[in-house]
Amino acid sequence: MKSVLKKGITSHQVFWPLVGLALLLLFNAIFTKDFFLLEIKDGHLYGSVIDILNRASVLMLLTIGMTLVIASGGIDISVGSVMAIASSTIAVLLSGKTVDVNQHLVSNISLGSALLLTLGLALILGLWNGVLVSYFGLQAIVATLILLVAGRGIAQLITSGNVITVNHERFFYIGGGFLFGFPVSIFIVGAVFLLTLIFIKRTPFGLFLETVGINRVAGRFSGLNVPLVTLICYSISGVCAGMAGILMTSEVRSSDPNTMGNFIELDAILAFAIAGNSMAGGKFSLSASMVGALIIQTIRTTIYSRGVAPEIMLVVNAVIVIIICSLQSERVKTTIARYSWTQGTAE
Amino acid sequence: MRENQDLLVMKNITKHFPGVVALSHVNFDLREGEVHAIVGENGAGKSTLIKVLTGAESVESGEIFLSGKRIEAKSPHHAQSLGISTVYQEVNLCPHLSVAENIFIGRQVMKSGRIDWKEINKRSERSLARLNIKLDVTSNLDEYSVAIQQMVAISRALDASAKVLILDEPTSSLDKNEAENLFTVMRKLKTEGIGIIFITHFLDQVYQVTDRITVLRNGEWVGTFDTASLPRLQLVAKMIGRDIEAFHGNAFAPGDQGEADRAQHHPFYQGTHIGRKGTIDPLDISIAKGEVMGLAGLLGSGRTETARLIFGVDRADSGKTFVEDQEVAIHSPHDAIRLGMGFCPENRKTESIVADLTVRENIILALQGKKGLREFLPRKVQEELANKYIQLLNISTPGCEQLVKHLSGGNQQKVTIARWLATQPALLILDEPTRGIDIGAKDEIQKIIVNLAKEGVAVLFISSELEEMVHCCERAAVYRDKKMIGELGKGEISEQGIMQMISGGHGGPAAGANEP
Repeated sequence: MKSVLKKGITSHQVFWPLVGLALLLLFNAIFTKDFFLLEIKDGHLYGSVIDILNRASVLMLLTIGMTLVIASGGIDISVGSVMAIASSTIAVLLSGKTVDVNQHLVSNISLGSALLLTLGLALILGLWNGVLVSYFGLQAIVATLILLVAGRGIAQLITSGNVITVNHERFFYIGGGFLFGFPVSIFIVGAVFLLTLIFIKRTPFGLFLETVGINRVAGRFSGLNVPLVTLICYSISGVCAGMAGILMTSEVRSSDPNTMGNFIELDAILAFAIAGNSMAGGKFSLSASMVGALIIQTIRTTIYSRGVAPEIMLVVNAVIVIIICSLQSERVKTTIARYSWTQGTAE
Repeated sequence: MRENQDLLVMKNITKHFPGVVALSHVNFDLREGEVHAIVGENGAGKSTLIKVLTGAESVESGEIFLSGKRIEAKSPHHAQSLGISTVYQEVNLCPHLSVAENIFIGRQVMKSGRIDWKEINKRSERSLARLNIKLDVTSNLDEYSVAIQQMVAISRALDASAKVLILDEPTSSLDKNEAENLFTVMRKLKTEGIGIIFITHFLDQVYQVTDRITVLRNGEWVGTFDTASLPRLQLVAKMIGRDIEAFHGNAFAPGDQGEADRAQHHPFYQGTHIGRKGTIDPLDISIAKGEVMGLAGLLGSGRTETARLIFGVDRADSGKTFVEDQEVAIHSPHDAIRLGMGFCPENRKTESIVADLTVRENIILALQGKKGLREFLPRKVQEELANKYIQLLNISTPGCEQLVKHLSGGNQQKVTIARWLATQPALLILDEPTRGIDIGAKDEIQKIIVNLAKEGVAVLFISSELEEMVHCCERAAVYRDKKMIGELGKGEISEQGIMQMISGGHGGPAAGANEP
């Protein structure tokens, strides 16, 4: 019976991250008051679970891009800076003059073109990373480190070092609005996730990506355009980071180029790894990565709602991450299995 | 004076790696003041033997004696302190340090708590002078040629009071004159009583400088011979493991039907004067549909290099390429695949198998690569293709969703062949397709090759085993020292003929014709 289970559900990569997430939720169900309570106010759903989904959306977007890049055998540590650039860009584009007596704001350009321009810029930044890695042969961590450092400066240049407050009601709908009772951000993430999944599963891209990650030489010998595959990964990562920047700017209604997306690349890498994906590249599960991002946000929300003292918050965070990662380690699993087996026979 | 004394004796050395016997009861002995060559094809066990000797790998069974005392080196560093020094193929020195620093790195001469540079420089000059070299030892190492850097590496190895000096492929990056200088130094060291182990795949050099030769094959000790009394032809025979007398039939017996058709066939692929500096001398080659053409030669002689040029893995820097009489430019494997070529490379693990993917994914990879990103093979078509080739090539796997890394070597090789058959190639290049797989699978792969040709595919076949070469090929080009030195036509291919050409014994394609 046990062996049947082991070959069935547990062999699926998304299983153990889901177990981790379930344990976290179970903990909250027992110890956190009203954790699963959903309220309807003005036709919108409110509650801790919705809150986690909403807040995790930025990280999930970044993790989608990060998953593809690491699967190709690289890494993209510039995503936080790309977020900041996107944030500054859209904030500057949407700021404008207030005219007439009603204090209506007239932005410099329309919302649609502002979004397109910002995403276009994010795409260019992703392409820049991709070209450095795949055509210039730079090591991924070095190539993206350049943009990590320089990008922060570019973001500050765009806003002249200031924090820009955005006044654009329709723009706020992206990060703060509701659709069918759910936050809009959830739909955005869902759409990007599904599109990426289709791209991976219904085109040759998934096969090419895994081949490049596992054995790039064999890929080249089999006629794959290895540099192009790599370039596509970094481009998607750039666009995802751009979307994340827009989403966050819309949510906080301002753009601070100094703090926006600081260290968030580490969270995205962690979300990828906590999901049981290999940092060496190759085989990966995008769904598991999404669960990984949710785990990270759930830990954060749990710590906040438990009222953990700020000084030890990071330590608690680290301990939980270690536990979840150990859950997936083959060595830990076999040790536990052996232990429980000897216990069983002793009885 | 003390010549002919055994300096180093290795007895009955055995070493296993997971799944393979790397060394099986190998014997080796080195005398004072001798240069002793270790030769053998790839995978013969040369480097494993050296690793065992220098402590880079542990000895499983067997004994090693140095000057009569039993030793067991725990690490290359330990071996060096015992008097066994190695100079590796790639010079592993620090290019940005001075020559003197390189020679004395890790064992600086100290004087009142500080490094005594004067002494170090003086001693460096002295130790280089021992090798007849005079240069500014305070200059950075990378200001000197590779040949000089090699001398510095040797001088560094010798300074540690070496008794045994191991030179691992020292001449592969040297030109003729530089190699000659190295030999002069080797002869000088000989007179000082140092025993030198010389590993090389250049047979000319073996005859130029060595006193004795030890031949290894597939981890086994074939024998140790006096260089002067071992003709070249016999040496090659021992390396490849074929007796000259042995004769095996050709799969394309004269009178074989369709032979006339094939003879009239236009070449599918034609390369005129294609070459690449430092890799392979310019050569002419043409392959017609329905024929199996062999490339014969020792490892590193230019066989694989030719295949890589044809398939666009490396770019040719001279010559023209024609496919079906059209001049074409092949810049990448993708170009070659679109022109109807396929290539099973020599190193299955690193160049062809994608270990973590399934059998199905591995089989359809090249076909999907040929179609590119836009045209997706539906899952159902993929499965049909995979199952078809699993059946056709008799690949033993529980199913097409099995990960390819769980298959045996022979079955993995069949999967890579299936990968290319799925693209329906007009020209298939097979580089050592039967290496490291069991006899049964070997036989099946040979049959596949012959059948492919009968179905009209042009096959370029590379193998170190002359027996299967003679069995499968209608024509064979023979390589020596990065050069195509001749071609054997129908009826001229024999193991002896090929061996004579490889060894340079009698040179010229005519030699193959007068077999006994």
